[in-house]
Amino acid sequence: MKFKTFIWFVGPSLFLMLLFIAAPLVSVFLDSFRITQPVVQTVETETCSAGFLQQTCTTTINTVPVIDEETGRVVTTTEWVGWLSYERVLEPRRAWDAIRSFDYNGLMQIDFWAALRFTVMFTLVTLPLVIGVGLAIALAVNNAAKSLRGPIIFVSLLPFIITPVIGSLSIYWLFVGDGILTRGLEAWLDRDIAMFAQAWTIELLMLFYRVWHVAPFAFVIFYAGLQTVNQDTLESAIIDGASRWDRLRYVIIPHLMPLIVFIALIHLMDSYRVFDEIVGFRAQAYVISLQWLTFDFLAADDAGNRAFSRASASAMLTMIGIVILLIPLLRRTWRDHKGGSH
Amino acid sequence: MFVKRLALAGAVSLAATTAYADGHATCSFENETEVTMLSAAFEAWVAVTDAMVACGNFEPELDQEFRTKQPEGFAANPSLYQLGGVSNGTITPLLNAGTIRPLDDLIEAYGENLTPNQLIQIDGQTMAVAMMVNTQHMMYRSDIFADLGLEVPTAWEDVLAAAAAIQEAGVVDYPLGATMASGWNLAQDFNNMFVGFGGTFVNDDNTPNVNSEAGLAALDMMMRMTEYMDPEFLVSDSTYVQQQFQQGRIAMANLWASRAAAMNNAEESQVVGLIATSAAPLAMEGGAPATTLWWDGIVVAANISDAEAENAFRLAMEGINPATVEAAPDAAIWLIPGYEPNDMSAGAIATATADPAPPSYPSTTQMGLMHTALGNELAAFFTGDVSAEEALAAVEASYTVAAQEAGLLE
Repeated sequence: MKFKTFIWFVGPSLFLMLLFIAAPLVSVFLDSFRITQPVVQTVETETCSAGFLQQTCTTTINTVPVIDEETGRVVTTTEWVGWLSYERVLEPRRAWDAIRSFDYNGLMQIDFWAALRFTVMFTLVTLPLVIGVGLAIALAVNNAAKSLRGPIIFVSLLPFIITPVIGSLSIYWLFVGDGILTRGLEAWLDRDIAMFAQAWTIELLMLFYRVWHVAPFAFVIFYAGLQTVNQDTLESAIIDGASRWDRLRYVIIPHLMPLIVFIALIHLMDSYRVFDEIVGFRAQAYVISLQWLTFDFLAADDAGNRAFSRASASAMLTMIGIVILLIPLLRRTWRDHKGGSH
Repeated sequence: MFVKRLALAGAVSLAATTAYADGHATCSFENETEVTMLSAAFEAWVAVTDAMVACGNFEPELDQEFRTKQPEGFAANPSLYQLGGVSNGTITPLLNAGTIRPLDDLIEAYGENLTPNQLIQIDGQTMAVAMMVNTQHMMYRSDIFADLGLEVPTAWEDVLAAAAAIQEAGVVDYPLGATMASGWNLAQDFNNMFVGFGGTFVNDDNTPNVNSEAGLAALDMMMRMTEYMDPEFLVSDSTYVQQQFQQGRIAMANLWASRAAAMNNAEESQVVGLIATSAAPLAMEGGAPATTLWWDGIVVAANISDAEAENAFRLAMEGINPATVEAAPDAAIWLIPGYEPNDMSAGAIATATADPAPPSYPSTTQMGLMHTALGNELAAFFTGDVSAEEALAAVEASYTVAAQEAGLLE
């Protein structure tokens, strides 16, 4: 392909990527090193508020932003602060003290480290489960009678179609308080169960939910891959006396390896940004994730304050985390790619 | 997050709104100019905006996300909304940015139905017109209290004693309910108890002041309450507590007045007529009831022409006139003339008129930061990970960083 034609083809998507991915990334990167604050002044104000029968008036000293007379907007100052926002998110000194004195609980009291702990655990535990369950479903469907395949594929795809936040809310409602599944469990085990009263049950539900939700995606990809397995190789393996397990181990899995790497890549990127489960399960008392932490910094409180700088820092840290997780897989892909080209 | 907004507005199930749909037949003037309004979506706002729609050319936007949209919407020039529905918690960003206008002239011209109590004044200027009050107060199962021969508790120590007696009798799953979902709700429950013990959140120099006697006493009391509560209390928001009541699973709770009407909604409640209300209990002897007072009301944008503002205000007055109260008498504890308190509002009114009276929720930038810090850090105390002192120290540390980032502290 001529270079000019190539540019015409990729140009539009390159432009959109620059506009919607690169530009925001640069702006977040810059925002994580600067803080924009309103200029404030202290004034004494008398506030009269409504009671039921009569007003109550109080005089308080308030800190309020200065408003520019001409533009009518709040006067702000922007300052470059170096690594300050990162320090506020990571709290390196406190974290180091906790690590040095083997104080696990102390480390977990720092939001970032607690979020990192859960996010990494969540990512690494769901990864093999998603690949394993996806492959199992694919093999099962592949071996099922032709007439059954259509319905089975349809049913197993359903979890993937549900919007994540809706899915997690449904699970929450099934289990919270006297939800019907909690009732069922209580009747079965004959004891009182509160699924949302301790961290480990919530984490278990989250892991279960994510695997249930994402396994169909892995299944579809693997199922497509299974259709391309070389039948001659399989048959000769059978003639050589290879068992079902041997065939899976030495023929099918090596054949599917590029797909496994692909799914692992997608899943690592997705699950490191775990967020819907925290919101859906209202889990923030027990468990938080890095993405939730960024969201929490960014959300305005009643007085309209947002912690933009810390949110930016936390977002950059999340991105760095994903890149670190992806490096081994990317190196593998790169090696294969180079190996294949000659 | 959703939960926090719902609770903030003291929202009631929207299911009941249809009941008020036919209450807006008349309007005293024909509205010629386009008017828009952004407010919360709970029952009282539905009643008010329904009345305003009757005047024509009015588009209300009832949205529980209103507080994130309002500051930016009003900062635009011209403002995206002429009118806004706010509470004492959410008026702060608008006041700070100067995007709402003083209403004194307009009140003089069109406010003949308003009582002085409805005027929210900052340094003598009226910045908002309140239409209702809301507060968290005691709701209890009158039948259980009568059966067991219990007195209605007036102090939190009595509440715990009553809870023990109810637990003993085993008539409900859990004697107590509380809006202690981590985040906004948990922080608000702490606020209630903290002011009940006479605490002040922030010093005059913006440094935090919750790691104090009052803070420790408040956490101690809340921890003792949890012994009588559903173990899932950290996900228990206002709707959750309301449903616990409706399904007969709890016997007492300090709950929002705006939730009272739902208790007698036969479509969802199994305890119609069995819930009574009383003043919020005292945390300490001689103190104010351990709760805060809230109002909801209307503001007018600054970035619009005077003529538009006049028209919008006139329309707003149609919304909060006695006819609205007549059409929806139980939708809120109205401040509008013509409101007749019913049985369910007795508790809220007793709370608001107590002597000493509970404070209004402090509407300041510092309080916004403090509320977030409390909501994020206190949960660790209730999960048993840290002690009360450690939790309050974490709150102060978290507040300090946020205040530094917001430019309030050096």
